[in-house]
Amino acid sequence: MAAKLQKPEELLKIDYNKPGNKDWMDTPVEFREGMFCWGAKGKDLKTLELPNARDWSPKEEDWKLPENWKDTILEALADRLSKYRSFRLFMDICVRCGACADKCHFFIGGGDPKNMPVLRAELMRSVYRKYHTTGGKIFGKTAGARELTLDVLKEWWYYFFQCTECRRCSVFCPYGIDTAEITMMGREFLNLLGLNTGWISGPVANCYMKGNHLGLEPHTIKSSIEFFLDDIETVTGIKIEPTFNRKGAEILFVTPSGDLFADPGTYTAMGYLMLFHELGLDYTWSTYASEGGNFGFFTSNEMAKRLNSKIYAEAKRLGVKWILGGECGHMWRVLSQYMDTWNGPADFLEVPKSPITGTVFDNAKSTKMVHVTEFTADLIKNGKLKLDPSRNDHLKVTYHDSCNTARGMGLLEEPRYVLKNVCNHFYEMPDNTIREQTFCCGSGTGLNASENMELRMRGGLPRANAVKHVRDQHGVNMLANICAIDRATLKASMEYWVPDVSVCGTHELVGNALVMKGEKERTQDLRMEPLPGKEGKE
Amino acid sequence: MKILFPFFAVIALILLAFAGIKTANMQFLFGVVIPYAALGIFTLGVIYRVVKWGTSPVPFRIPTTCGQQKSLPWIKQNKIENPSGSLGVIIRMALEVLVFRSLFRNLKTELKEGKVVYGWEKWLWMAGLAFHWSFLIILVRHFRFFMQDVPSVIKIIESLDSFLQVGVPLLYLTDIILLLAVTYLFIRRVYLPQIKYISLAADYFPLFLILGIAVTGVLMRYFFKVHIVGVKVLAMGLVSFTPSIPEGIGALFYVHLFLICVLFAYFPFSKLMHLAGVFMSPTRNLANNSREVRHINPWNYPVHVHTYEEYENDFRDKMKAAGLPVEKE
Repeated sequence: MAAKLQKPEELLKIDYNKPGNKDWMDTPVEFREGMFCWGAKGKDLKTLELPNARDWSPKEEDWKLPENWKDTILEALADRLSKYRSFRLFMDICVRCGACADKCHFFIGGGDPKNMPVLRAELMRSVYRKYHTTGGKIFGKTAGARELTLDVLKEWWYYFFQCTECRRCSVFCPYGIDTAEITMMGREFLNLLGLNTGWISGPVANCYMKGNHLGLEPHTIKSSIEFFLDDIETVTGIKIEPTFNRKGAEILFVTPSGDLFADPGTYTAMGYLMLFHELGLDYTWSTYASEGGNFGFFTSNEMAKRLNSKIYAEAKRLGVKWILGGECGHMWRVLSQYMDTWNGPADFLEVPKSPITGTVFDNAKSTKMVHVTEFTADLIKNGKLKLDPSRNDHLKVTYHDSCNTARGMGLLEEPRYVLKNVCNHFYEMPDNTIREQTFCCGSGTGLNASENMELRMRGGLPRANAVKHVRDQHGVNMLANICAIDRATLKASMEYWVPDVSVCGTHELVGNALVMKGEKERTQDLRMEPLPGKEGKE
Repeated sequence: MKILFPFFAVIALILLAFAGIKTANMQFLFGVVIPYAALGIFTLGVIYRVVKWGTSPVPFRIPTTCGQQKSLPWIKQNKIENPSGSLGVIIRMALEVLVFRSLFRNLKTELKEGKVVYGWEKWLWMAGLAFHWSFLIILVRHFRFFMQDVPSVIKIIESLDSFLQVGVPLLYLTDIILLLAVTYLFIRRVYLPQIKYISLAADYFPLFLILGIAVTGVLMRYFFKVHIVGVKVLAMGLVSFTPSIPEGIGALFYVHLFLICVLFAYFPFSKLMHLAGVFMSPTRNLANNSREVRHINPWNYPVHVHTYEEYENDFRDKMKAAGLPVEKE
């Protein structure tokens, strides 16, 4: 079992200004329970045909590495330097000005100096210097260079799985150095030795074989959704009949599988079902491409591409015109900055056009994939939805920007526009904590396991702290977002740091406010909780 | 070590040049050979580094978006912080290079009574800007030594720079600003525990070197006069490839020149390459239009995927039982 989590007051005893007297290179990594995930399982790595498939534990001294592990890493290092300008450049141009140091949620919540983005990158740079720069080869440690040893490898593992690739540091860097590029490379190298975490490789194996991270089989997906339909009928009196794997539908809908599985994501899924039904949208779910998210992206570039391929393949097989994507953070980083490059061109699809408003989504004319808040914002703007925001009057809502939609896309106003139209009480968190400066939930990039709860709560501190601020100022009691991982993890973080604030997806609130044709008078919200003023009517 | 080693390295360089001139009369070495060599290393080195970066492709379009994307026509796009076209990228880059836009965002994060608070912190931005701009202006001013007739641009810069009209010769503001900024950047590195912890010898060395250059320059201009006409003759000789060594310039000048040569020669092998690197940073110099235009990865390769057919084979019976359509009955 994981180490017992301390109380919040205990966790807050942090001093940013005591990095230790010894040089960081002479400070060996210490594996603290609660700060790391368990190791990948051999069977999952085998399913994925990944190297060095075996069960292993990061806690053990022996990581069961192949004999030539060092060569493997050094070859990969040289290879990726020649393949990614970002990586080579970011190895060279950092001036260590320190502007990034206190921008990382893990540093803010933990104070471990190796969580300063600059130092996290130096873990890699020091090895790069040793093998790829003249100064490093000659002057060694004086030039900030060091050999790749087993201790260094373990240090990499510990800290590259303490970064959520949120890119907040890159907003502040005068050269745009993006720690995510370095962490992604670090994890890619570690994966060449079978050193993934179980919480990532498990979902990846599931997604590869079954189409989604949770490993829901086709019939289970259908029955999960049918379960939501019953609840929707209870709340609205309307019976909805969505379709699955239907050829000839106009639109393929892809969303993270997390929303089919656990509260409060399930309410978001109900919101989608109600909205699409009300519009009479000609769309289908897929059980094969049943995952919007991509834990392959936290493994390696190749793994990410392998998982992502299903979306276009399924769109082609079903003969849809375009794809609509649900609320998820890293899913949209992948969809907007990687998918088309990997698996495009999607020339068998058409430029997305809303069948309801006629709006053509030119901004997605190559990927052919539209974000559901873009779609809904357009519906609302064109007056196509009948909304009763007072049904959300029991909620005082704030909005958490996902790292990836904010900094890897710039989807900032669309969800806000939707929220402001479906609820009457909306309050922004402080400027330094939203939009491009938004904070990670603390559990992104596959760090949302349970054995690393201390890490997650520490990383979640800055976000929770901003929520607390609006709770104290405005009585905010609902944290809306557009990310399935947020819905799963902010719940835990709120329970820990700000217990009286709940978490919801944006389309849950849309579902609450949506006035549907032929619905009965609503007395409950989608959580089956009574609506204020309507209690006891039934 | 990290501080003392580069400090004494710079002291040693100063002594080396001083001794070379004073005791060994190596004016030709320090006045001609080393400057040419340094400039050669600088030019070839910078080209080599830039070309090396350039040979690594940009496989993915990964701008860090810092504002609203281009989406629906009624939502106002932030065309500079989240550019979708070349003009926006050019403006974004110009702001980054000329006024350090990203560094301007800097904040100080602190934990006060259990609360995370974000304080004002523009000192680094101000010192960085002051340092780089004064350095550039001083560099440009020095071109007067390399041209027979001093262009009016340089004269204007000089008169603006000395607008205080203090001292003889007139005090240049940038001299003071540069010294103050470099001193601040150094003190910050030793004083702030986080920054000290991340600093390498390679961070202190250029600071000491530039401080050495600035101090020797200031000493020459305001305190221990060197034979300025001689300096111009030397400089003109260098640019016209007819080098000559005029008599009696003074050792201080050669120390100044030698430190500059070291800076130039060191430049391509150091973090100072951020000067060129900033232009090539994929998180800043790309438009955020990857949903609109397909970005090509030159090394994109086919991967092993789990096809729909394989998936249906795994689950056909379950799918049929659940009433899900299948390709093969």
